[in-house]
Amino acid sequence: MNDFWTATILVATVASGIRLATPFLLASLGEALGQRSGVLNLGVDGVMLLGAFGAYYAVLKTNNLLLGVAVGVLLGALLGLFYAFITVNLRAQQGISGIGIYLFGLGMSDLLFQKLVGTPRPIMPFAIVRFPVLSDIPVIGEMFFDHSLIVYVAFLLVPLFTFIINRTTYGMNVRAIGENPEAADSLGVSVGRVRYSALIIGNSLAGLAGAALAIELGIFQQNLTNAMGFIAIALVYFGAWRPIGVMAGSLVFGLVASIVLQCKTLGIIPRSASDLAAMAPAVITVLALVVVANRFRQPAALTKPYIRGQ
Amino acid sequence: MSKSGFYKMIGVLLVLAFCLAPAGAWAGKALKIAIVAPSASNDLAFTQSIVDGIKAVQKERTIELAVTDGTFIVEDAAAAIRDYAQKGFDLVIAHGSQYGGSLKEIAKDFPKTAFAWGTSADTFGLPNVSSYEAASDEGGYVMGVMAAALSKKGGVGVVGPIEVGDAKLFVDGFVAGAKAQKAGIRANVNYIGSFSDVALAAEAARAHMATGADVLTGTAQMVVGAIGAARSRRVAWFGTQANQTELAPEIVVACQVYKWEVILRKILADLDSGVLGGKKYAITLANNGLVIEFNDAYKLPAGVKQAGLDAVAAIKSGKIKPLR
Repeated sequence: MNDFWTATILVATVASGIRLATPFLLASLGEALGQRSGVLNLGVDGVMLLGAFGAYYAVLKTNNLLLGVAVGVLLGALLGLFYAFITVNLRAQQGISGIGIYLFGLGMSDLLFQKLVGTPRPIMPFAIVRFPVLSDIPVIGEMFFDHSLIVYVAFLLVPLFTFIINRTTYGMNVRAIGENPEAADSLGVSVGRVRYSALIIGNSLAGLAGAALAIELGIFQQNLTNAMGFIAIALVYFGAWRPIGVMAGSLVFGLVASIVLQCKTLGIIPRSASDLAAMAPAVITVLALVVVANRFRQPAALTKPYIRGQ
Repeated sequence: MSKSGFYKMIGVLLVLAFCLAPAGAWAGKALKIAIVAPSASNDLAFTQSIVDGIKAVQKERTIELAVTDGTFIVEDAAAAIRDYAQKGFDLVIAHGSQYGGSLKEIAKDFPKTAFAWGTSADTFGLPNVSSYEAASDEGGYVMGVMAAALSKKGGVGVVGPIEVGDAKLFVDGFVAGAKAQKAGIRANVNYIGSFSDVALAAEAARAHMATGADVLTGTAQMVVGAIGAARSRRVAWFGTQANQTELAPEIVVACQVYKWEVILRKILADLDSGVLGGKKYAITLANNGLVIEFNDAYKLPAGVKQAGLDAVAAIKSGKIKPLR
C-alpha cells in the first residue's frame, strides 16, 4: 500500500481520473440541460458513438483535429434536432424513443466504420496543452495542467453552464419549462422552441464527448463508448441536475476507476479480487445516487410531453 | 418440329436435368461455416484471428462463410449459434470462452450439426462439439523473455481483460518468460475486467508506465487503447492474437499471431470423414499454429531478438514448458 502514496503514483492517478471523467462530464452536462427542460434522452450513448465515429473519420481523412471535433458536435446537434422532433412535435414516449436513438447510433457507427474504414487505424490524438507557470508547479501542475485542450474545455463548461442555467433569461426559461410548462407557456415562453434548443445543445455536447473520447484515444472501435452514455445519465441524477453536481459525480466515477486501476497495477488489489474491484466505480456511483436522489427532486415535467390546454 | 417432338425433347431435357443436378450440386457443394464471435471481425485481435483462419482455408476449398460478430452479450451469441444450426450450417464456430454454457445446451438440440468452441479444452463429452485452444502461454513466454531483455528500467506491464481462457494463459506465460530472463524484474499485471473498454485499457497502460514499466503488452480486443497510450510515450509493445504492427509501427516489437487454419483443416478433415466432434485441438509453436512475427521497422537489439528465437526453439523442442 505504501507504493500508492508516492507523488508519482498520486499524480498519475489523479490525472488519469480527470481524463476518465472528461467524456462523462461533457455528456452529462448536455443531458442535464435537456432534462432541466423536461426531456429525458436515453440515447446519449448512441449520440456519443456517432460523434466519436464522425470525429475519428474526419481526423483520419484530413488530420485536422478541429474539423474532427466540429463533425462530432455537428452530428450530435443533428441527432438532437431529430430527437426534439420526435419528442416535442410527435410527443413520442421519451424512454422508448431514447433507446431507439441509442440503437441507431450503435448500429450506424459500426456500419459506417465497417464500410468506410474496416480495420482500426490510428489517428493523431490531442496534444498536451501546458500553461506557463501553472504546469510547472510540482505535483499540482502535473495533476491538473498537463492535459489536452478538450479536458480544460469540459471543466470550463461547468461554470459557463451554471451561469447560463441560473443567471440568464434562457436558463430561467429552461428551468420554468422543466417544472411547469403550462405556466411558462401562459407567460409567452415557447415550450417547443426552448426544448428544441436545449436538446440540440445537449446532444451537441454528447457528440463532443464522443469526439473527445475517440481523438483522445486515437482510435475507433465498435461500441467504443462501452455504455458511457448510460453512466452519464446516472450522473445527471447523481449531480441533482446541477452542473457542479454533475462535475462532482463525473470526478468521483473517474477517480474511483483510476484508483482501482492503479491499485491493481501495483498488486494492492489481488488478482483474485480484480473483477470485483472493477465494479467499484459503478457501485459507488449507485450508492451515492441513492443518497442524492432522496435529497433532490427531479424536474417536475421530466418525461412529460407538453400539449397546450391539457 | 412437331408438337409431339417438342414435348419429347422437353421430357428428355427434364430427365437429364434430374439425373445430373444432384451430382453437379454435390460436386460443387460449398461447406457452410458460421462464426459467432464477441468483437469486430477486423479487430486486429481475437475475432480477426479466426476469420483470417477460415479465409486461409477458403483458398484451399469452397467454403460459404457467415460471420456474426460484436456479440459481447452471451444471450445474443446464443441466439445466433442456434439460428445458424437451424439454418443447416455444417459447422458453427462459437469463438469465445464465454459461450461455453450456452453451446453445451444448444449442441444437444442439434446432434447432426458440428460445433467448434474455443478457446477451451472442454467438449462437454458431446460427440458433435470440438474444442480448440491456443497455447498462448508459449508465445507469451517468448514475448516475456524479450520484454525483460529490452527493459531498461526493470519493469514490464501487462493489460489483460478478464482472467480466463487464452488471455490468462498469455499473461501467465509472459510473466513467466520475463522472470526467467531477469529474476528481479517487476512484471505487473492489470486485468481491467472488460474485453471491450478501450478507454480503461488506455488508462491501465498509463498506470503501468507511471510505475516505471518501459515495455508493455496486452491481450484481447480492447488493447487498441493501450497501444495508443504506449505509442504516445514511445514505450515498446508486444502484441498477441493478430499482427498489431499497423496500429503503431514505431513501438510494436513483435506479435504472437494465431494461425487457426492449422486446426481448422483438421476439424474439416474430420467432418469430411463423418466425425462431427468430440476432439480437442490446440495451436502451438511446434505445429506452427502460433507464429512470432517481428516488426522489421523496429530496431530490436540483435541479442534481444536472439533471446526470443532461442526461447521459441526451446519451447518447440520441449526443453522449456512455460507453465509446467
